[in-house]
Amino acid sequence: MTDAIIEVREINKSFGENHVLRDFSMDVNPGENLAILGKSGSGKSVLIKCIINLMKVDEGSIKVFGEDISALDQELLDRMRARIGFLFQSNALYDSMTVRENLEFPLRRHWGKEQRKKGAEQAVMEALEDVALSHTIDMMPAELSGGMRKRIALARTLILRPKIILYDEPTTGLDPVTAREISNLIIKVQKKYSASSVIISHDMNCIRLTANRVIMLIDGKCYANNTFGELLNSTDPKIQEFFE
Amino acid sequence: MRSQFKNTFNFLNETGDIARFTGRLFKEWTKPRQEFEEFLRQCYWVGYKSLPLVTITAFIMGLVLTIQSRPTLVEFGAESLLPSMVAVSLVREISPVITALICAGKIGSGMGAELGSMKVTEQIDAMEVSGTNPFKYLVVTRVFATTFMLPVLSNLSNAISLYGSYLGVNIRGAVSWDLFWTQVFDSLSFGDVIPSLVKTFFFGFAIGIIGCYKGYFSQKGTEGVGRSANSAVVVASLLVFIIDLIAVQITDLLGLT
Repeated sequence: MTDAIIEVREINKSFGENHVLRDFSMDVNPGENLAILGKSGSGKSVLIKCIINLMKVDEGSIKVFGEDISALDQELLDRMRARIGFLFQSNALYDSMTVRENLEFPLRRHWGKEQRKKGAEQAVMEALEDVALSHTIDMMPAELSGGMRKRIALARTLILRPKIILYDEPTTGLDPVTAREISNLIIKVQKKYSASSVIISHDMNCIRLTANRVIMLIDGKCYANNTFGELLNSTDPKIQEFFE
Repeated sequence: MRSQFKNTFNFLNETGDIARFTGRLFKEWTKPRQEFEEFLRQCYWVGYKSLPLVTITAFIMGLVLTIQSRPTLVEFGAESLLPSMVAVSLVREISPVITALICAGKIGSGMGAELGSMKVTEQIDAMEVSGTNPFKYLVVTRVFATTFMLPVLSNLSNAISLYGSYLGVNIRGAVSWDLFWTQVFDSLSFGDVIPSLVKTFFFGFAIGIIGCYKGYFSQKGTEGVGRSANSAVVVASLLVFIIDLIAVQITDLLGLT
């Protein structure tokens, strides 16, 4: 019996001849910020897409909140997904909707009409206050800067108060100052909502600031699993490559 | 020779994929939680936003057809048949097909580009993660909106093009408003109007399904989005003519010609 909130066991995932994940296993504990580090194309994004069942694994199992994610029917999967937030690398804000409509979108499926009428406005405002962007509520995504879009995407992720948040390269493409702001936001969110996080990143600063534990994904396998400090001091050349 | 085989294989493969996509559309449509609000929004976009283009084209079409048909009819001393001839040509064939082609260009490419860019920027994945069925929200609503709005646009195009024809008749002649419309309605029967109306539903369906299919399976980043929009127009326009050909054969078999 394990307390892990996410249990990944010996999963394999291939795209044709390209074997991306090989017998990969990991656990995420409640309240933990776990970072996954690896080269581009090493399967990091594939891994978190498998966790939320946007992609199916070829072999192995993934349990979230103790339930096998691939065995759930659509209704149960949707309910499960309401407890998991996903921050996309490209932000994935709906271009044709305002910031308010973007944030209200997840509520339309998971909240009843009455609940939305009473609480949607407050939930949207609260999520926007968390990312300090209340004034953008009626703006279109195209009117926002890259950093603002990332924060709005994070606000949308938070609106259903998820217990797990999956971050797909949250600081990629941002300047160092904005990247640091996003990293601080990740820490703030984790503290406020006591959520567990899986952070996919190449950004060492982001990982150093946010992660309690780091997994190194090399050749589709878990090559190392330790704290940032331990990995930094490692003499293994493959690990050192990332810190140079 | 090898590339011909490859092209044939790709064509058959894509035809199969579109058939599966269509099957999925009906399967998803029967599932609960209808996206009625989004369907109405799409009807507004497809119908209202295409209105100016359809109106201008229909007016010019009616006017030009009348002006160009006149000399031939004058030669045979059949000038008085001009309103009837133009009415039958417009209502039976020209107006629905031209409206469908305009919509294939405007709506088909718009859907291909919109869904394509949503695909490459992970917006479709984000929708799925937030518990909304993206196929139902994006595809089912758009396909049914085009299916129901194209007949409306086509009928409007009929009326506007006939008005253009009335002006065309009166450039060189003098036919009263009442006489023109009496001749138009006398020349038309249900056998002209109903098949024309029915085929516009199929035109609309084809435009919607191709636009959505091309966008939904868009690949290769922004280049793929452009390609999706482009091929949505080409394939939808071609399908409009194929459906028209089939419709003519059916009406002929039923004795409605």
